[in-house]
Amino acid sequence: MGLAKRIIPCLDVDNGRVVKGVQFVDIRDAGDPVEVARRYNEEGADEITFLDITASHEDRDTMVHTVERMASEVFIPLTVGGGIRKVEDIRTMLNAGADKVSINTAAVFNPEFVQEAADRFGSQCIVVAIDAKKVSLSGEPDRWEIFTHGGRKPTGLDAIEWARKMEQLGAGEILLTSMDQDGVKNGYDIGVTRSISDALEIPVIASGGAGNLDHLVEGVKKGKADAVLAASIFHFGEYSIPEAKAYMAKQGIEMRI
Amino acid sequence: MKTVAVIDYGMGNLHSASKALEHVASKDTRVIVTSDPKVIRQADHVVLPGVGAIRDCMAEIRAKGVDDVVHEVVESQRPLLGICVGMQVMLNHSEENGGVDCLGLMPGRVKFFGKGLVDETGEKLKVPHMGWSQVQQHRDHPLWKGIDDNSRFYFVHSYHAHANDDAMAVGRCHYSVDFDVALARDTIFAVQFHPEKSAESGLKLLENFLNWNP
Repeated sequence: MGLAKRIIPCLDVDNGRVVKGVQFVDIRDAGDPVEVARRYNEEGADEITFLDITASHEDRDTMVHTVERMASEVFIPLTVGGGIRKVEDIRTMLNAGADKVSINTAAVFNPEFVQEAADRFGSQCIVVAIDAKKVSLSGEPDRWEIFTHGGRKPTGLDAIEWARKMEQLGAGEILLTSMDQDGVKNGYDIGVTRSISDALEIPVIASGGAGNLDHLVEGVKKGKADAVLAASIFHFGEYSIPEAKAYMAKQGIEMRI
Repeated sequence: MKTVAVIDYGMGNLHSASKALEHVASKDTRVIVTSDPKVIRQADHVVLPGVGAIRDCMAEIRAKGVDDVVHEVVESQRPLLGICVGMQVMLNHSEENGGVDCLGLMPGRVKFFGKGLVDETGEKLKVPHMGWSQVQQHRDHPLWKGIDDNSRFYFVHSYHAHANDDAMAVGRCHYSVDFDVALARDTIFAVQFHPEKSAESGLKLLENFLNWNP
């Protein structure tokens, strides 16, 4: 009788529409994030993450409206990430009905923003997203660095030190994306996931690289992740959430079934 | 027309709670998010939410006179539901923020989980306790109606509650230690978890609350 490990489907949302269409055969509008979220909720997803990839600032109101609709219809935790740069952005999303916001690049350029956000709204709703990439050469001890701009720009910041700093500043949770693995479907980077999870008291969500159900199991068992985030393996119907949960439970992981 | 007042004292996100209540409320029920004591006094059911640091919550509760109104609601025997920090503030005292005196509606204390927690097998346990944990229905209560024992609810908290009187503990949970996650006394029901974020089980509990006329 303990805490279940979480499965979190992540939707990329551009101007109020899901990008990379979700392939549920019996869904009315697979481009509508709320419709997709509702479906994932019915399947037993433990949380939902919306990643707002809307480029233009004007279109961000569309995201607010999407979050409002989601909060009126789907009653599991919702995290909104992408474009969270100011206290006002957080307030807007929380008022719209998001439960947590995920801060990424803004934390790198202004770490005190994390502290300000946690002081203002409480650590429970502040997720810090970390994009890490392995920079050590073979033969060297493992070392991961923080990257921005979709993994293109190195920052010189050590990923584990950075995660510790984010925890100290008040992050309630870390969303750790391995940039080497993202989209490659070879599994999560277990080394960095494990290192950060062991170094912190707060929960760590593993992200980037899940291509099959064994990857989800590894993320939890070897990577010590508290939650696993995945996109394509669910969106394209390769696996359903109940299948994933049953598989993980069979491997001895406590799940909410 | 029945009314449900969700008390807004400036701490956090009331959208989720009010939307979930609207979702399960009957057509003749109005859900009002308010800080107006007059509206709260007239409501049939009252919800006291709360997130963030308990010191800030108690400060706002006192500054806005919510403490007096909540005591009135209890005295007039109207159903009152506390959620998360809204539950913790109903006890006597919390050790968060160096120690904060609370409303004392139910005798009990709020304690820190601590650091370096491990489970029975030596696995590290993270703080905050975040996610879906099973709730053991320690005692029968009308608000458990239609909800299976040991159903999972969504939690986010670093401090846990202990009622002095076991008779008030209606729901319990285990995360390194045993603690109370649902407390009841007369017309008060209070939960540590977030029913508004706990999918079907949570919605059922909110529906039961709206149908509860003790």
